[in-house]
Amino acid sequence: MFDKAEKLALANMWVAFVSFLAAAALGLYQVLERSGIVPELDSAAGYFGSVSTHGVLMAYVLTTFFIMGFGYYTATTSLKQPVWSKPFAWIGFWVSLIGTLMAAVPLVLGKASVLYTFYPPMQASAAFYIGTTLLVVGSWFWCVEMIVMMAQWKRAHPGKPVPLAMYATVANAILWLWTTVGVASEVLFQLIPWSLGWTSTVDAALARTLFSWTLHPIVYFWLIPAYIALYTMVPAAAGGRLFSDEMGRVAFVMLLVFSLPIGFHHLYMDPEQAAGWKLFHGFGTFMVAVPTLFTGFTVIASLEIAGRLRGGKGLLGWIGALPWSNPMVLAALLALLLLAFGGFGGVVNASYAMNTVVHNTAWVPGHFHLIFGGTTVIMYFAVAYYLWPRLTGKSLFSHGLAVAQLWLWFIGMLVTTAPWHVLGILGQPRRISSIVYDTPLATTWAPYEAVMVTGGAILLISAIMFVINLLLTHAGAATDAGREVEYALPIHPVLRVPSALNGFALWNWVLVIYLVASFGYPIAQFFILDVHNPTAWGI
Amino acid sequence: MHIDPLERKWIFVVFAMVGIMLIAIFFTALVQRVHPPSNVETIDSASLHLTQEFAEDNLGVHRGADAAVRVTMVAARYGFYPQHIEVPAGTPVTFRWATIDVLHGVHMARTNMNTMVVPGFVSQVTTVFPEPGEYPMFCNEYCGLGHDHMWSRVTVVPKDQWSGPKVATVAADKKGG
Repeated sequence: MFDKAEKLALANMWVAFVSFLAAAALGLYQVLERSGIVPELDSAAGYFGSVSTHGVLMAYVLTTFFIMGFGYYTATTSLKQPVWSKPFAWIGFWVSLIGTLMAAVPLVLGKASVLYTFYPPMQASAAFYIGTTLLVVGSWFWCVEMIVMMAQWKRAHPGKPVPLAMYATVANAILWLWTTVGVASEVLFQLIPWSLGWTSTVDAALARTLFSWTLHPIVYFWLIPAYIALYTMVPAAAGGRLFSDEMGRVAFVMLLVFSLPIGFHHLYMDPEQAAGWKLFHGFGTFMVAVPTLFTGFTVIASLEIAGRLRGGKGLLGWIGALPWSNPMVLAALLALLLLAFGGFGGVVNASYAMNTVVHNTAWVPGHFHLIFGGTTVIMYFAVAYYLWPRLTGKSLFSHGLAVAQLWLWFIGMLVTTAPWHVLGILGQPRRISSIVYDTPLATTWAPYEAVMVTGGAILLISAIMFVINLLLTHAGAATDAGREVEYALPIHPVLRVPSALNGFALWNWVLVIYLVASFGYPIAQFFILDVHNPTAWGI
Repeated sequence: MHIDPLERKWIFVVFAMVGIMLIAIFFTALVQRVHPPSNVETIDSASLHLTQEFAEDNLGVHRGADAAVRVTMVAARYGFYPQHIEVPAGTPVTFRWATIDVLHGVHMARTNMNTMVVPGFVSQVTTVFPEPGEYPMFCNEYCGLGHDHMWSRVTVVPKDQWSGPKVATVAADKKGG
């Protein structure tokens, strides 16, 4: 028997889900405040402070801690070996937690209402930048653990394919190390020295370029754990087999390579980068759709195998034969549906010219809430329902509550994001705290605002149900139910894979070349051009 | 490595779909020359008043020597200046933007006029408004606690009713200062 580091996984994931609940509550406040339905709530300072906190909690805290906790458990159970160094892993946890608390203080005090994207030359308190940096630094400890554990396993099992769940986890760790280079450069060389008063001006355009380095692959850092569950847990939970282990590896490698050098689709509308670079990044943006389309096929094919094994007949009969009351299977089906909707919007945003019509309108949060909340976080829920009994040795408090919670989340996501897409087409800017525009167009927005408030309320109810279920599970009585994780077996057992699909050395070299080609000159130009940097501005 | 025949077909479909979308994008960009604002032109945002182009008296709608319509505007917390402009429909209009303070974004709802306005850079967009009417012009990037109040109005008038620029027309199309 080996140590599965359950406490480490639980500690990380509890931080994630408590932060998630707080962020969901802020979400309801934001839709209420923004809609103007409750005039007493009206406060720009309250709204923008809340949006900043909601973004940091959801995008940085929930994701990073969940990914670390899930990663430790995936690593130990798929490799069947203990964590490389527990003290090292706990140091990472505490560094991240202290960073989070340090950033929370200025956020709550309204001294960091610069959104999670930082937006210099508006300046936040230095504690905010230092705190978020520590959160990231702590996650680097996790990356090292994952890379070392895979290396240890490969040394002990020469020539054997690394289990898919671990291969994908390490792909994510390497992706994250590359991803954070951009934002770390911005924060360490620009924002922290500037917020401490060591420099008086900041190159806002360079900061945007560096942040764009991080801004796209970070999305895949969040999404990959959801894909790991889709490939390695869902087929087993549905009672079937994984359609293809090898195509899974190909998909994760493509996510690693193609999600990194494409950040300029966030800068399509920016004046500081030239059209050719944007078009080059736009090409890669479409390439990163390829692994997601592969994933959709493999996961649906795996589910079809399960449905037919369960007696489903005909072209679509297998869908009804799936165990819809199994939280893992239900979440996967709902996640794939929302991924299809969100992916459609994403193609519009990624389109070099079409993006003009929706850029910075309410359409954009509509898109990313579908992919983040609808595809990513719903799979985090499923993983939590699956792992909590295994991590705590207690049975899930309520299966029915879990199923109801997932359906509510799905409905809440649709009810919240559908009106945002419409509002975007109707020209409503994102990131406004109230509607004061005295123009006939603004009056057409009102009905959609009312719908989004309903969606926010449904989502908060669902979030509360989720956390209560985990809490009561953890507080319940111990059982001796099985605690093994069942990873899906592929139809065709994988005995050997090409070394390029069993390690990352080749892909790191590809990335060095691809990243230098994509970002080299666009970053260097700020040291060549005659730039005039702005001074700091308050909010 | 094992690839199922069905999977092989799907891989072909995926690359065909992505290929068609990329061909559409590259066609509009390279052949029809549709590009987002990307002029990479620097300016000192702290001293716009010292430039000729963005000095207060020169803001607004101009008609260049070649009859092209050019609009020079400044974004500043919390408004776009001038607060109201009038431009002709069915005519290419080139907007040139600079900010005096923080990051802003600007779009005219339901048109192609959309750009970020970044400190230190001039943004330039050329578009044609087919439909006459009143268009609000919104700040679409968070720029501080008064962001909600940052907007202005554009009136697009039928081409034959447009009376020309309301401010003195600059004789030559000078860029920067």
